[in-house]
Amino acid sequence: MTNYLKLIVLGLIAFLALIAANYARDLAYLVNAITIALAAGAAFLWVLRTTDEPVDRVDLSGEYMDGVIRAGAVATALWGVVGFLVGTFIAFQLAFPWLNFEFLQGIGNFGRLRPLHTSAVIFAFGGNALICTSFYVVQRTSAARLWGGNLAWFVFWGYQLFIVLAAAGYLFGATQSREYAEPEWYVDLWLTVVWLSYLAVFLGTIVKRREPHIYVANWFYLAFIITVAMLHVVNNMAVPVSVFGSKSVSLFSGVQDAMTQWWYGHNAVGFFLTAGFLGMMYYFVPKQAERPVYSYKLSIIHFWALIFIYIWAGPHHLHYTALPDWATTLGMVFSIVLWMPSWGGMINGLMTLSGAWDKLRTDPIIRMMVISIGFYGMSTFEGPMMSIRAVNSLSHYTDWTIGHVHSGALGWNGMITFGALYFMVPRLWNRSGLYSLRLVSWHFWLATIGIILYAASMWVSGIMEGLMWREVDANGFLVNSFADTVAAKFPMNVVRGLGGVLFLSGALVMCYNLYMTIRRSPAVEATNSVVAAE
Amino acid sequence: MESYTFLRAFADSWMLIALFAFFIGVCFWVFRPGASKTYESPANIPFRHEDKPAPPRAQDPSKEA
Repeated sequence: MTNYLKLIVLGLIAFLALIAANYARDLAYLVNAITIALAAGAAFLWVLRTTDEPVDRVDLSGEYMDGVIRAGAVATALWGVVGFLVGTFIAFQLAFPWLNFEFLQGIGNFGRLRPLHTSAVIFAFGGNALICTSFYVVQRTSAARLWGGNLAWFVFWGYQLFIVLAAAGYLFGATQSREYAEPEWYVDLWLTVVWLSYLAVFLGTIVKRREPHIYVANWFYLAFIITVAMLHVVNNMAVPVSVFGSKSVSLFSGVQDAMTQWWYGHNAVGFFLTAGFLGMMYYFVPKQAERPVYSYKLSIIHFWALIFIYIWAGPHHLHYTALPDWATTLGMVFSIVLWMPSWGGMINGLMTLSGAWDKLRTDPIIRMMVISIGFYGMSTFEGPMMSIRAVNSLSHYTDWTIGHVHSGALGWNGMITFGALYFMVPRLWNRSGLYSLRLVSWHFWLATIGIILYAASMWVSGIMEGLMWREVDANGFLVNSFADTVAAKFPMNVVRGLGGVLFLSGALVMCYNLYMTIRRSPAVEATNSVVAAE
Repeated sequence: MESYTFLRAFADSWMLIALFAFFIGVCFWVFRPGASKTYESPANIPFRHEDKPAPPRAQDPSKEA
C-alpha cells in the first residue's frame, strides 16, 4: 500500500521538476530540475517494479545492515578519486593558466572547478566516508541493526543526489558564494531532509542499542550530525529570488553575514572534518591495533572539551576586518585553547598502540592510521598558531592557509578514511583479508610523499607571498605588485601539482586493491550478513 | 533589540557559568572513585558483537558482554 503512495509522490516530484525545468530562469536551475526529474523517474520505476510482488518477510534483526555500507564504501572511493583528480587539475591550472581552456570558459575554468573540488573531497568523499563508517560503527558498538529499515538507503541515495545537484550547480554557475556552503537554496533544503533522516537512523539505532553504554565513537558521530544540521540551517537562511531560479539572497548582511559564514565554516572543519573523523579514530584504531583505546576517561574529556571550545573559534577567520576586535580576540583565544583537547585526543589515539608499536613495522594499515593521527596533531598545532593575529597578518590570504587545510584534509581525513576502508572492505564482503598488503604500502608512501610535497611547497609559497605583500620601500610604497607574487610562486605551484599527482595515484592504487579484494581474495565463511541477500 | 540585549546578557553570565560548571563537573565525574573499573567494559565495546547484533536481552542474558 505504501508503495502506491510512494509512486504518487515520486510521480508528482518528477512532474513538478519538469514544470520547473520549463520555467527555469537560469541554466544551473534547468540542469538541476532535469536531474531531479530523472532521479524521481528512476526511483519511480524501481518502486513500480517491486510493487505487488510477493514479499518474503525475513526477520533481519539478527543481522547487521551492511548493504548500504558496502555502497557507501564504493561511493567513498570513487568520489575520492573524482575529488583528487579535479584538485590535481586545478592545481596545474594555477601553475599553467592555459589549462583554463577557451572552449570550456564558464564551465571548466578555475573559478567553477574550485568549489567542485572542495565539495567533492569534503562532502562527497568525506561525507560518504562519515555516513558509511558511522553506520558500520553504530551497529557494531550498539549491537543492534540499523533503525528505520530502508531509510538508510534513502540517506545514501539522497546524499548522492545532493552531491550531483551541487556539483552540476557549481559548473553551471549556481553558487551562494559562501565557502563550503556554495549550494543554492533548493539543494540546501534537500540536504536538510536527507540529513534529518540520517540523524533519525543514527539516533534510532542508538536508542535501540543492546549495549548499556554508548561507545565514545558514537558520541563524536552524534555531535557531528547534530551540529552540522544546526550549522547548515542557520548559515543557509536565504530568500530565493524566484522559485524557478537558483539565485537567493542571504538573510544576513555585512559583517553579521561574514561572521555567520565563518561560524559555519570553521565548525564545518571542527565538526564535519574533526568530530566525525575522531569517531572513526576511536573505533578503527583500537580495532586494527586489537587493543582498547589508551584512556577511556581521556576520550570523555576530549569529547566535551572539543565540542565546547570548537564552536567559538570561527572569528579567527576575520582578523583585520569590520568584525570588532573583541570578537576576533575571542575566536583567537578559543582557537589556542583548542590545542589542549586536540592534542589530548591525538595522544589518546597514538598511545592506543602502546605495547603494540611493532605493528607499525608489520601492518601498513595501522601505519596509515598512525600517520593520520600524526597529521591531525600537526595541523591542529598549525591551526591555532595561524589564528594568532600577528601570525595571521602574514599567513592570511596566502598559500600557507591552503597548505594547512590540505595537511589536515589529505593527511588526517584522507589517511584515516583510507585506513577505515582497508579495514572495512574485507569484512563487508566476507573476505579473508586484503588482496595485497604491498599495495597498501605503496599507497601509504605515495600519499605521504604527495602530502609532504604539497604542504612544504605551500609553506614556502605562502610565507614568501606574505612577505612580498607587506614589503615596503624607504618611502613607504609597496615594493611588489600582485602579479610579481604570482610569478614568484610558479615553481611551488608545479611542486604542489606533482604532490597532487602522487596522492591521486595512491588513491587509484587503493581502488585497484579494494576491487581485487572484492573480486579475488579468498572468501571466508560468512559470519557476517550474507552478501547475496542484499 | 530588547530580546537581543537580554539574550546577550544571559549568554555571557548565567549560561557561561552553567556550561563551564558542566564541563568542570564532567572532568571531576570522569575521575570519580571506581571510574577506571566502570570504564573497562565500555572501552571493550568494539571487541564484542563484530559479526552479529546481540540477541534480545530477555531471551539470552548469558550472551551479554
